[in-house]
Amino acid sequence: MPHIVTDNCQRCRFTECVAHCPVACFHSDDEQLYIDPDVCVDCGACIPVCPVQAIYDVVDMPDDKTPWIAINAQRSRALPIINDKQDPLPTAEARCSELGF
Amino acid sequence: MLNRDKSRGALHIAIVGSGPSGFYAAEALLRSDQHVQIDMIERLPTPYGLVRSGVAPDHPKLKQSILLYEQIARHEKFNFLGNVMVGRDVSIAELRGTHHALVLACGAHDDRPMALPGDDLVGSHTATEFVGWYNGHPDYRDRTFDLSHDVAVIIGQGNVAADVCRILAKPVDELRNSDIAEHALDVLAQSEIREVYVVGRRGPAHAKFTAKELRELGTISNVTATAKPEECVLNDQSEIELGDRSNVNAVKNLEIFRRFATQDETFGKRKIKFRFCVSPVGLLGQERVEAIVLARNRLEGPAFSQIARPTDQTEKISCGLVLRSIGYRGVPLPGVPFDTARGVLSNIAGRVVDGDEPMARLYVTGWLKRGPTGIIGTNRADSIETVENLLSDVSALDLGSRSGIQALLPILERRGVRTVTFSDWLKIDVAEIERGKKNGKPREKFTRIDEMLSLLAD
Repeated sequence: MPHIVTDNCQRCRFTECVAHCPVACFHSDDEQLYIDPDVCVDCGACIPVCPVQAIYDVVDMPDDKTPWIAINAQRSRALPIINDKQDPLPTAEARCSELGF
Repeated sequence: MLNRDKSRGALHIAIVGSGPSGFYAAEALLRSDQHVQIDMIERLPTPYGLVRSGVAPDHPKLKQSILLYEQIARHEKFNFLGNVMVGRDVSIAELRGTHHALVLACGAHDDRPMALPGDDLVGSHTATEFVGWYNGHPDYRDRTFDLSHDVAVIIGQGNVAADVCRILAKPVDELRNSDIAEHALDVLAQSEIREVYVVGRRGPAHAKFTAKELRELGTISNVTATAKPEECVLNDQSEIELGDRSNVNAVKNLEIFRRFATQDETFGKRKIKFRFCVSPVGLLGQERVEAIVLARNRLEGPAFSQIARPTDQTEKISCGLVLRSIGYRGVPLPGVPFDTARGVLSNIAGRVVDGDEPMARLYVTGWLKRGPTGIIGTNRADSIETVENLLSDVSALDLGSRSGIQALLPILERRGVRTVTFSDWLKIDVAEIERGKKNGKPREKFTRIDEMLSLLAD
């Protein structure tokens, strides 16, 4: 079962996960990150390093996040790989406290 | 093709060790805007460190990071020098002469000592030995593990303990199509083990397993994972710990342990028994391990720093195999400051330091830098940090007349070292894959260095 980036990443995009990914499976648009399910090796290294707990193993994912499985698969295929850590989005700090982290 | 003039101006970096941290250091260097030339030195003829010899054979997906390492190794500015042991074939001092900077990525392959009475009895081993043995590491090829008794006890509750437990508990037929070493498969096929204890000195909220690995132990066919309901009751401090939002993994683990505590123990051919708040105080037996004595512990101290204090209440479990998996330590390198308390090279963010002073041109990454924590990907972020610091020091480095591999190879030749190149390794790789085919395995590893080298002599 792959790992999935969910809505907590929107307007944050901290990219700690990108630096910890052993196989370069993250893709990015202007809003957030997505995981390519065909490349992800399910190691889970990204999960604990996300400051807003946006990433789930599908097995542990709350039911209301299920649509993100398809979104990650589709968006990751359409977008370029992100391989280096980048600065968070300017909205990250506000979004982070809005989410209670 | 590498331009010769450009090559003279290259920054020659030697990376010692070819596991994940070494390869991610190479990746970070190759992705930088510096003109680098990398020489990766590895003690074995085979690359990839614990991805080859640590990751469990039934977790093949985790080994896919090798595809990335292969890409790195094929880079024109990268050389692999296998079968070269630093300290035997070449010294750190010599490498500092041949290269502009050294990145030490040798891992942590010593076990933390336990000093347990009876530790030297036959049947008492470290998990390292067992893992190296079933994964075909040449250092552990000739270890013997006697599985002709009912009960095994694993001390420690981290992911290595989970791997070892799974390999002991899993029906052997489910390992036959993995790259597990043939000699281990033969022994596991004869295993009489019925119960595997996995014991931790603190409570269920403190087990270090990632929830994923723990959950898997509850899904092995014909195996029941159990815990004692009374040992899954938390004290107030542990409840506070679990209330912290950063502690999600421990919350999941506790859920899983509590589910295990409701399992019907009579089901299944084999049982996995999790025990908490117990520490081994001794092994009993004449020549072989016949039993382990566990002391019940009491948790003391405030939340987030609770420690286990043994009480005088003890119990004895009859067993024939004890595997210790309580952590690892780096091995000191001559002339390089070592932090004995932490078992790592003395360093600040990857710069090796003598006291507070950085040692010029000497860097460390991976387990040897931060200790034996994290998983494969953790090393990528760790090596990125080390390489960032290395590159930011470069402007101040004396780039003198160091020529990297051109200076190193004559030293090795003079000492009669049979250097294994990456294309040599690819021959070994192809041969292993070919050997595996007849048994339906992805590969059958060569487990002796002589075998590997004689293959290259043809």
